[in-house]
Amino acid sequence: MAARPPLTALEIEQQLDSLLDVEFSFLKTAAPAAILAGLERQEQDYIITWVQRVASTNIQLAYQFITHAVDALDSMDKRIIEAWALHAMDTYDQTGLYKALEVIRTVRNFVQLSHERNAGAVFEEQVGVLGHFAHGLSGRKLKLAEAEITYTDTETIYLPPLLAHLPTPDQNFLLYKALVALLWAQTRFGTFRIKLSDQLQQQPEPENFLALFQSLETLRLEACLERELPGLFRDMQTLKTSLAQNNLPAAYQSLAKRLAQADTTAEDVLQLTCEQFGKLQPLPPLCYQPSLQIEEVEACMAKRIEMEKIRVRVNLAKILEEMQKENRAFEQQEHKFDIKKIPDPTTPDGFQIELTLDDQPIAPPEEVKVLSNSIIQDLGDIPDEYLVPAGEGEYDPRVFEDKQQDPDDVWTGTYHEEGAFLYKEWDYRRQHYRKNWCAVREVNITPVYDDFVDSTLHKYSGLVKHLRKTFEAMRDEDRLLKRQVYGDGVDIDALVEALADAHDGSEMSDRLFTRMHRVERNIAVVFMVDMSGSTKGWINEAERESLVLLSETLETLGDRYAIYGFSGLARKRCEIYRIKEFDEPYNEEIKARISGIQPKDYTRMGFAVRHLSHILNEVEARTRILITLSDGKPDDYDSYRGDYGIEDTRRALLEARREGIHPYCITIDREARDYLPHMYGPAAYTVIDEVRQLPLKVSDIYRRLTT
Amino acid sequence: MTARVLKPEEYYIENEPYYESIGDEIEVFEAAYRQKLPVLLKGPTGCGKTRFMEHIAWRLQKPLITVSCHDDLTASDLVGRYLVKGGETTWVDGPLASAVRAGGICYLDEIVEARKDTMVVIHPLADDRRVLPVEKLGELLEAPDEFCLAISYNPGYQSVLKDLKQSTRQRFVALEFDYPGAELETNIIVKETGINHELASKLVKFAHMTRNLKGSGLEEGASTRLLVHAAKLITDDVSPVTACHCAIAQALTDDTEMLVAINELSSSLF
Ligand SMILES: Nc1ncnc2c1ncn2[C@@H]1O[C@H](COP(=O)(O)OP(=O)(O)OP(=O)(O)O)[C@@H](O)[C@H]1O
Ligand SMILES: [Mg+2]
Repeated sequence: MAARPPLTALEIEQQLDSLLDVEFSFLKTAAPAAILAGLERQEQDYIITWVQRVASTNIQLAYQFITHAVDALDSMDKRIIEAWALHAMDTYDQTGLYKALEVIRTVRNFVQLSHERNAGAVFEEQVGVLGHFAHGLSGRKLKLAEAEITYTDTETIYLPPLLAHLPTPDQNFLLYKALVALLWAQTRFGTFRIKLSDQLQQQPEPENFLALFQSLETLRLEACLERELPGLFRDMQTLKTSLAQNNLPAAYQSLAKRLAQADTTAEDVLQLTCEQFGKLQPLPPLCYQPSLQIEEVEACMAKRIEMEKIRVRVNLAKILEEMQKENRAFEQQEHKFDIKKIPDPTTPDGFQIELTLDDQPIAPPEEVKVLSNSIIQDLGDIPDEYLVPAGEGEYDPRVFEDKQQDPDDVWTGTYHEEGAFLYKEWDYRRQHYRKNWCAVREVNITPVYDDFVDSTLHKYSGLVKHLRKTFEAMRDEDRLLKRQVYGDGVDIDALVEALADAHDGSEMSDRLFTRMHRVERNIAVVFMVDMSGSTKGWINEAERESLVLLSETLETLGDRYAIYGFSGLARKRCEIYRIKEFDEPYNEEIKARISGIQPKDYTRMGFAVRHLSHILNEVEARTRILITLSDGKPDDYDSYRGDYGIEDTRRALLEARREGIHPYCITIDREARDYLPHMYGPAAYTVIDEVRQLPLKVSDIYRRLTT
Repeated sequence: MTARVLKPEEYYIENEPYYESIGDEIEVFEAAYRQKLPVLLKGPTGCGKTRFMEHIAWRLQKPLITVSCHDDLTASDLVGRYLVKGGETTWVDGPLASAVRAGGICYLDEIVEARKDTMVVIHPLADDRRVLPVEKLGELLEAPDEFCLAISYNPGYQSVLKDLKQSTRQRFVALEFDYPGAELETNIIVKETGINHELASKLVKFAHMTRNLKGSGLEEGASTRLLVHAAKLITDDVSPVTACHCAIAQALTDDTEMLVAINELSSSLF
């Protein structure tokens, strides 16, 4: 096949004009079109596709993208252009256009163009491995996230979207790894145990002071890593060598020796910084030297320290309470707790936690252990005021329990996302996920105690009887298998035959036993019920009736099941309604909740599939099924209309399938619209065109699905 | 060369199996034995439960009969069944019945894996009746004083399906096992494999890294058993990073990303 001819400048300009809505936006596309005209057709298509994707997010951003991309084309490979564009779009999602434009404009920093081979490592590709790596290291678990600068706030490690200082992807990956290790070392080896902000305030030149502190502290941490992770330390040396950063100036040599001693603390480094400040020049930062964001660190620590103090005290109070429960004679008053570090060089932390009550050691609950370790990581020790058990009512329990906050409270605050599950969403125009896009909360349904369930059972009494009979036959059952090679009992018929055969002189069968065999279903199923506004009326009623009948049959069958409703009002208010959780028995309360199902807002489906898949995956079962009941097209208030919603739903179903779940969709839709096969493609599905048939059909569908 | 063939009830352990005691588990077991109480060993896989039982059997000089339970294990698999021999049906004792008859130690490994109805056959043996009903023969087999029942159970698999019923667990004296402390674990590896102390302690450190990953990507961290395997490879000139990969990482997971991450951890350490 002959290569397709490249597009002319004019043709490109026309395409760009339509992508960028030039008629209204008045953007000038002639210049970039002229440059693109000089490329191969394949390259042209590639760039135009990306313009299209970025334009689906924002047109200004796309315009900036094309103007800068043509400059960068010959110096970057495609993988990096993509990472750059995606990063700009993510920035747009998170902080808006202004910051996103900045990302686009600083393309030259994005990849240091000085090096030709473009062999960067991309955060998004490495985050999985790096995250596990960070969790494997000891101490408090650190999360990873992307940011322009590299630092940690002591709970999250922030890393740049791309590293390309070194010639090969492997080396750049190694650089990521070294950065993670160094940031981990900061939290693990007490860099933040000193209050740097106080020091800096007293300094006339705080920036220089901080730079010197960093140079010295990095030397201390390198030595810690040499002891702790010698293999990585060797790799770090080679990184420095390849960047010609391995020559320590003479003035630093002897200091480095001092800092390398195992008992050197950040306090000592601070002292040394004070002594040397003005005499010693800070070193140029090493490739794996992160930055220090003192304010963020201190804010994050203050919050955690307060929280952990409360938690320890509440835990101690609980211990006393338990003791009293066990032993009536035990007085609640005047007990002295102590938590000590018992040095133990053989543990990863170098010490063990000992909890004593009135000088008698007691076994520390797991939570106290974890908390103590975290506190010691922050403060070096457990201060006395932590050891006073919390008095009754001294704290609002909501402060320290990991309980979910009331979604409505959260919504009124500024942090819409606090306390919610965050899920990604597929943006088909971008051909990429929007990260942490949907804020999902589980909320309770207000039960309505009325005669809905009874009247439904009455209405369908004939069907119910039939269903019970059918489903009883499907239950787990013991079946007696005959003529087995081995088994629990003798199959007399077979034995008689065999003996007769033996008498005849013909060969005797060895299938002489009976054996009980249990046929186990081992199925867990989640029903995901559309509670969007469009279900108002007949559909809602049919859904509720169906749930009543289903619950009846599933109770007969013994399969584990849960029921959730879903509805959304834009991406930050996605709601999952708990109707019946897996471990809840089907009782009056559940019946009242089914009766209380009411139409809410819009139909955003992807998040619900993702969240319920997650719940389903926590359940141990051989077969996991997710059944959605809905009235058709996904649709939400923001841009979830049309193809966007269809594509995201499709994606979510695909993800579920990939996780080993069997998704199945039941749709009530008179028009049997043509997008259904595409959207439900990854799942099997049924379209029911008559609402009233729904209650009659669901149980039957379920039966076919599981036999 | 031929393998030695022994009947289970003749399986006496002659040489002391190496067992490093972690706490007072040996004393407690012996007391339970004297008091004719059955014992439940709780703990994650590969932490030394089987080895402990071998050691105990050697100390008590009683035959050890081990049954690894699986979800097809029936009551007759434990108690016994009729077989046809030469045209006649004859009764054959199952391992539990032989252990009772021989006055040995019967160790049911991973008891929760067995079918629920199987588990109840041990109930009369595990309370103060100490009898094994053999329904098919219409007999009750009374356990001699020397007989001892021990079962093991890994509470780590927090699955609804694989939980030990209260009526079962409340019959047993429970001993909790966990991976030994770092120093002890290092010593165990050294003694089991002859590897040098420094490498052994690095292996233990590596194990702790994988144990940190339990619950965030790994179902279980590396057990003592896996460390012993890796150490054996290392003493046979396999590089530590390769040994960790083949003997530990691959045994823990199939997830490629996790495998890479574990590799990065071991290469950071060695
Ligand atoms: N305390 C110990 N003393 C000596 N060796 C030990 C000890 N703990 C573990 N080991 C070593 O670990 C290996 C595995 O232990 P073992 O087979 O007893 O595990 P287990 O707890 O029975 O595991 P599973 O539950 O998977 O059967 C032993 O072969 C031995 O090498
Ligand atoms: Mg074992």
